[in-house]
Amino acid sequence: MDKYETHEHDVIVIGAGGAGLRAAIEASAQGATVGLVCKSLLGKAHTVMAEGGIAAAMANVAPEDNWETHFKDTMYGGKMLNNWRMAEIHAKESPDRIRELERWGALFDRTKEGKINQRAFGGHTWKRLCHVGDRTGLELIRTLQDKGIHSGIDVYMECIITDLLKDGDKVVGAFGYWRDTGKFVLFKAKAIILATGGIGKIYQVTSNSWEYTGDGHALAYRAGAELIDMEFIQFHPTGMVWPPSVIGILVTEAVRGEGGILTNSKGERFMEKYDPERMELSTRDVVSRAIYTEVKEGRGTPHGGAYLDISHIGAEYIMKKLPSMYHQFMEFADIDITKGPMEVGPTTHYVMGGVRVNAETGESTVGGLFAAGEVSGGMHGANRLGGNSLSDLLVFGRRAGLGAAEYANQIDSNTLNINNQQIAEHEKEMLAPFSNSNGKNPYTVHQKLQVIMQNYFGVFRIEDKLKQGLKELEALINDSKVLSIEGSRIFNPGWNLSIDLNSLFIVSEAAARCALQREESRGAHSRVDYPESDNKKWNTVNSVISQDGDSMKLVFSPLPEMPDELKSLFSEDQ
Amino acid sequence: MAEAVLRVFRGDSENGETKDYKVPVEEGMVVLDALLYIQANYDGDLAVRWNCKAAKCGSCSTEINGIPKLSCKTRMDSLPRDEPITVYPIKAFPVIKDLVTDVKWNYQKQKEIPPFTPPEDEEMIMYQDDVERSQEFRKCIECFLCQNVCHILRDNNAKESFFGPRYLIKIAELDMHPLDTVDRSELLRNEAGVGFCNITKCCTEVCPENIRITDNAIIPLKERVVDKYFDPINWILSKLKED
Repeated sequence: MDKYETHEHDVIVIGAGGAGLRAAIEASAQGATVGLVCKSLLGKAHTVMAEGGIAAAMANVAPEDNWETHFKDTMYGGKMLNNWRMAEIHAKESPDRIRELERWGALFDRTKEGKINQRAFGGHTWKRLCHVGDRTGLELIRTLQDKGIHSGIDVYMECIITDLLKDGDKVVGAFGYWRDTGKFVLFKAKAIILATGGIGKIYQVTSNSWEYTGDGHALAYRAGAELIDMEFIQFHPTGMVWPPSVIGILVTEAVRGEGGILTNSKGERFMEKYDPERMELSTRDVVSRAIYTEVKEGRGTPHGGAYLDISHIGAEYIMKKLPSMYHQFMEFADIDITKGPMEVGPTTHYVMGGVRVNAETGESTVGGLFAAGEVSGGMHGANRLGGNSLSDLLVFGRRAGLGAAEYANQIDSNTLNINNQQIAEHEKEMLAPFSNSNGKNPYTVHQKLQVIMQNYFGVFRIEDKLKQGLKELEALINDSKVLSIEGSRIFNPGWNLSIDLNSLFIVSEAAARCALQREESRGAHSRVDYPESDNKKWNTVNSVISQDGDSMKLVFSPLPEMPDELKSLFSEDQ
Repeated sequence: MAEAVLRVFRGDSENGETKDYKVPVEEGMVVLDALLYIQANYDGDLAVRWNCKAAKCGSCSTEINGIPKLSCKTRMDSLPRDEPITVYPIKAFPVIKDLVTDVKWNYQKQKEIPPFTPPEDEEMIMYQDDVERSQEFRKCIECFLCQNVCHILRDNNAKESFFGPRYLIKIAELDMHPLDTVDRSELLRNEAGVGFCNITKCCTEVCPENIRITDNAIIPLKERVVDKYFDPINWILSKLKED
């Protein structure tokens, strides 16, 4: 067995995007000792890629706005599959989380009265998204980073967690390795918070960075936690489609929020057909299907997308409100968006599904294991509204930090027994690709996985293809048990990927199994063979994935029942 | 399909040499694409640090044909093809492996800067004109290219006495925040070493976010220090106050 170093904290947070940082700050404020482990350098997490804004019913621009409307918009957007309590907490608490961020140094764009400015976004009734031009995520992560490093948190950068250790039915530690040396490391902890983000890297076309390999989903699954709603994967309607090098890179929804217009190759403003009321500001699931359909029926742009034009609002305004979009198109595609349209198409962006958690505390079904942000499930139901992710990170990051600190407080550190045999076996598995001969190349395996997921589990799904996809996926997983890599353990991306593949496979299989079973269309899950939502059978259940021996189990469990006073909010609409 | 040759540094802080790789070139391709192609097809262990591949996270700083740049933002068609394209790690920081350097020093400096501190219980009313100065500096993606080209850090390795452009704009950002209450002049003058900068503007030239580091941050900071510590009238007033 390889020697490893050990660090001990009350709470270990895995992932340092918005949710992880906010959780770490809160746990530390509660008096817990906190270690924050991140796969990359601090401040590089995928949160920096969030552009358009953060949703909260501040009512700075639209005085009519309130938490009830935000709650209803979120539930309608999620096609009523959301965990109602999470949606309620989120709508009520996000304004406070934003005010708090401002007291930590965030500088949002302002209204004339000197308040935080808010912009329109898809599915939101009122102008609700607080923003900084089109770089809101950067503002959020930098603010939390500044706050975090002055909060007494120990930050472990470029460290990858590969296994959770349990003692009986509770977690007691996280095991992993340093990217720079390749050496192993153990974090002993009373409570662990997963904040690892999403799974976009199972697809070929995605807005997500290399880190998005579903690590937290897989760690939780292997530790015995449940994953819900894994069939619901958001395809953002507007990713770049040309040139090849940048396919999938995000074009912020703020382009549409600021008045951008979508047209097809015939010059038709096609959203009139799909959602005449909300047009370009319809929800992401609807706009993605619309663009996909236009292209499929032969009305796509030369590079297989739709035109998105914002030039009519004027160059000065674009440079002020969408500067990074201007630079992105100018530098990557030689297109001046102040003068003409962009070409855009759907790109894998976000997974609504994730670790099943207690709405109040973020605790999973495993003792001491918490989850917040994209890795958790329930908050966004079948489709997430733009802007609700950044607010989710803050609201539930804080709650998970509180929950974990409180839990840790009740645990005696002498009871954290580490299973060295589990570590020894795990080390052996991780190191195997160095000594295997004639194993598969992890890069090739990853590319094959992405082709399968892209071809069979995309915007539109149908039974035959789902079955075929699942078959090919199982075969690939089976054929990829033996991997070979070259080089040493020092900063070796090939080795990193050979380990990440374990997570990529688990989340792909979970998404595939759930997509096949849900025989209806709802939110981001669109079945060609079941085009309607089935409000008798399927609107009442979550898909629940868990580990059953060596195989994956899928069951359906009833949604939590919404109390009458919240139900009455919806009856007012009818 | 067109081809390019990349001449990439392979090695660590002690030993290293370059290796040539032939890479097919597609329309719009960037240098990072070529490096990822090398990983997937030739050397799976080539160490490259990157994340977003959209010029938003600042991870992939390298020196391409001798010029410090983000590899995700450097188009292959912007580089001459008649000679190999050289790709080296950024020079001002120690190499871990291949194109990856140890930049932890930067995070230590950030910790030494007292954070934003607003007045207690005051409503956060601020106007767009007043926040824009700090907003410019908050565009920083922490790619550390400015730190890399600053000759005080790059050539003289004066990391003990100078924070570098990145953290001078951080201090400027906090100082120009309409509601900040902390005076960071002592830090600026002493530990951060603002006096060392002799305004060659190399940092401004390489900033991928086009932040006017020298003109809008460092020069005003220098003026502040001069006014506070070296203006004779202010000096007399401060002495009188002390007494």
